[in-house]
Amino acid sequence: MDHSNISLTLEVWRQESASANGKFVTYKVDDVSPEMSFLEMFDVLNERLIREGQDPIAFDHDCREGICGSCSMHINGRPHGPWHATTVCQLHMRAFKNGDTIVVEPWRAKSFPVIKDLMVDRSAFDRIIQAGGYVSVNTGNVNGVDANAIPVEKDKADTAFAAATCIGCGACVAACKNSSAMLFMSAKVSHLALLPQGAPERKDRVLNMVAQMDKEGFGSCTFTGACEAVCPKEISITNISRLNKEYLNAGMTVDKR
Amino acid sequence: MLNSKIPKGPLENKWSDYKGHVSLVNPTNKRKLEIIVIGTGLAGASAAASLGEMGYKVKAFCFQDSPRRAHSIAAQGGINAAKNYQNDGDSIFRLFYDTIKGGDYRAREANVHRLAEVSANIIDQCVAQGVPFAREYSGLLSNRSFGGTQVQRTFYAAGQTGQQLLLGAYQALERQVALGNVTMYSRHEMLDVVVIEGKARGIICRDLITGHLERHFGHAVLLCSGGYGNVFYLSTNAMGSNVTAIWKAHKKGAYFGNPCFTQIHPTCIPVSGDHQSKLTLMSESLRNDGRIWVPKKKGDDRRPNDIPEDERDYYLERRYPAFGNLVPRDVASRAAKERCDAGYGVGKSKMAVYLDYADAIQRYGTGEVNKLGLDDATKEKITELGREVVKEKYGNLFDMYTKITGEDPYTTPMRIYPAVHYTMGGLWVDYELTTSVPGLYAMGEANFSDHGANRLGASALMQGLADGYFVIPYTIGNYLANEIRTAPIPVSHPEFEAAENAVSERINKLMGINGKQTVESFHKRLGKIMWDKCGMSRNAQGLKEAIEEIRHLKKDFWSDVRIPGKILEVNTELDKANRVADFIELGELMCIDALHRNESCGGHFREEMQTEEGEALRDDQNFQYVAAWEYQGDGQWQLHKEDLNFEVAKPTQRSYK
Repeated sequence: MDHSNISLTLEVWRQESASANGKFVTYKVDDVSPEMSFLEMFDVLNERLIREGQDPIAFDHDCREGICGSCSMHINGRPHGPWHATTVCQLHMRAFKNGDTIVVEPWRAKSFPVIKDLMVDRSAFDRIIQAGGYVSVNTGNVNGVDANAIPVEKDKADTAFAAATCIGCGACVAACKNSSAMLFMSAKVSHLALLPQGAPERKDRVLNMVAQMDKEGFGSCTFTGACEAVCPKEISITNISRLNKEYLNAGMTVDKR
Repeated sequence: MLNSKIPKGPLENKWSDYKGHVSLVNPTNKRKLEIIVIGTGLAGASAAASLGEMGYKVKAFCFQDSPRRAHSIAAQGGINAAKNYQNDGDSIFRLFYDTIKGGDYRAREANVHRLAEVSANIIDQCVAQGVPFAREYSGLLSNRSFGGTQVQRTFYAAGQTGQQLLLGAYQALERQVALGNVTMYSRHEMLDVVVIEGKARGIICRDLITGHLERHFGHAVLLCSGGYGNVFYLSTNAMGSNVTAIWKAHKKGAYFGNPCFTQIHPTCIPVSGDHQSKLTLMSESLRNDGRIWVPKKKGDDRRPNDIPEDERDYYLERRYPAFGNLVPRDVASRAAKERCDAGYGVGKSKMAVYLDYADAIQRYGTGEVNKLGLDDATKEKITELGREVVKEKYGNLFDMYTKITGEDPYTTPMRIYPAVHYTMGGLWVDYELTTSVPGLYAMGEANFSDHGANRLGASALMQGLADGYFVIPYTIGNYLANEIRTAPIPVSHPEFEAAENAVSERINKLMGINGKQTVESFHKRLGKIMWDKCGMSRNAQGLKEAIEEIRHLKKDFWSDVRIPGKILEVNTELDKANRVADFIELGELMCIDALHRNESCGGHFREEMQTEEGEALRDDQNFQYVAAWEYQGDGQWQLHKEDLNFEVAKPTQRSYK
């Protein structure tokens, strides 16, 4: 841990509002401790900007533990930066060396419009969930069905859990050349399709969620795998195969559409 | 006087009797009644979803960009429920009793018993929603142990239980949004409650994108805005977690219950420098298998793996043989502080202790070897297999530790130290979760009700969901049944006008200061005062000093804070300034409360009040009550007391030895 502090050059995307034109602005930051997180480095820079009478850089962040899915910076061309399976908030400055230039942009996708600087609007994800990403069971009353009444094969439960760990950050969309939301959506479809509780609605769910994704303007999937490579939660691209299978099956057997 | 509205009758019948006699609202009338929900964590999302399903018109608000990002998402270890699936003697009574005792006899019996009663339903509910809890090879649900209990009643989903439960509630909420029963307002922050003729009737909130203020009417307002641990600046809370919603309610008449009751969690990653913006928890579940120790020799600078077994002090196992590493959080935190203060701390800062997995890896590895019938397994093979088991149970936590510290906890013991994690205090509520303002409710961490002076691990998730899924759907009917003739009040009403003007004036005032110091610098100063003088241990002199220092800080803030930018735009510094201004006022009240409570109980440790062995010394004679503070103007509060009667769990000195 005895690295000495480093100096960096940042090229940060600044955009006053959704309708304004943006541009890169260069900032020099010195005395960066390798023990800092990437966002703490931004905190230090922002404190300086405020003291100098400038507008601090707006970015989304909250839990800083890699689980809320708020943080969303495109660093040196890669969503969430250089570390594998790591959100920006968990990226630490050990990842960089003295003299590096770091380019920081917001997520770039038509369906995620920029709000300000590095903040984007990801409400399209909420609307995809609204289209069917749930089990239609009412709360407060499950008719006395005990939680252990339906055993679930451990392998299936584990696979469902692995898909359910998606944090909805949108890195998959940002990495995709077509800005497709397939990895995000397939994670939810898989999670629920793999469990007996989600099975009754699996056909409608997949059809409705795909329709909503298309409506939101996300692109098509060509199975390149960039999404999987950058996903901070290592959501597997196998989920997309499962989604396709679910979609085909539903499309061929549901006759009401 | 405070009326806690505890139903009559034996403890175990209170909730069923209440449900049997509570007023109902018929479906046609529900459609005419509007409810506002602030916050979309476990309590808020579950309440909004449930009330929407029932037919009420619900508006839900969160400051994050999506309701799924509320801080419940970060809860790691698990959720308690009295299912007794492990056949280890668990029952509703035991969960009730453990919670009362764990809270050091400062919680209300009736509320805690209700919590234990509904706990099992929560698990049924969540499984039905598709929450992927951990399972055994039998396909049945798995359990683990948490602190302060001797049974295995904690359900979990790896180290991401909060995430899975919140996503379950979030999905139920989004379903109601799709059906049009709930209207969701993301990136909105509540900045005041509107009270008309003594009843809560709406809110003033700010759209964090446009900066505009909005007025919203509701027949009732539910505050599910979480805890206020960020008053300490450094805590395990999310950066945005704040006290503002409940503080505004407090200033509009809601009493604040036990504000000084703060939980300092024993196992967090230690502070690494001045740049630190938050602290990261290492789940309590790690104490299931990890062993906590420091060197027996003061200032021992050897690497942990070079310190032989007989030169290590497993101080929790030594001091508390019955519970060992699974003592409750307050006890474990104080014990760590005691060792570090005495000079036995480890790491660069010497403010840390070791959490060691070497034994667990060997134990699990041996188990695997036996299971696989590998009679001639090498030590390396045992270690390898043991690491795999540990990885499956705690992998995401170990990865997080590695990312933050750059060290590998599979081979080197983790360094941990206590950090602020949860606030047991919150708005005072009665049995129906109503604050002292009719129509204004507080749920989850935002209220004070269930955890007394110390919360047990895996009980926060339980309480949040209990309040939202199982309690409020009944209790709110008892109030709204009398509101069916109240037509929606137009937001042009003078009280809405006045509330919005007051909020607007305050924002203008903040923006007009144009001082030199940043919001963050004030927050850090407040945090330091609170941690040093109202933190893990407190004394009268320090608290008096803290009160003075906070008053001074407040003056300084209101004359020298600098907020860049404009009001009508995205302005994260203005958002923060609004919150920090409230934290400063809260800090003063917390110190006043800590000073008045001249006893030690749970997480509240007054140095003047301890046993010879350094354990918390309660004073039941004088302090067996909830301190409910009424706001009476700037820096002035009136104390009200709700006496706590223990009919079933008789107070004794809490012992984990």
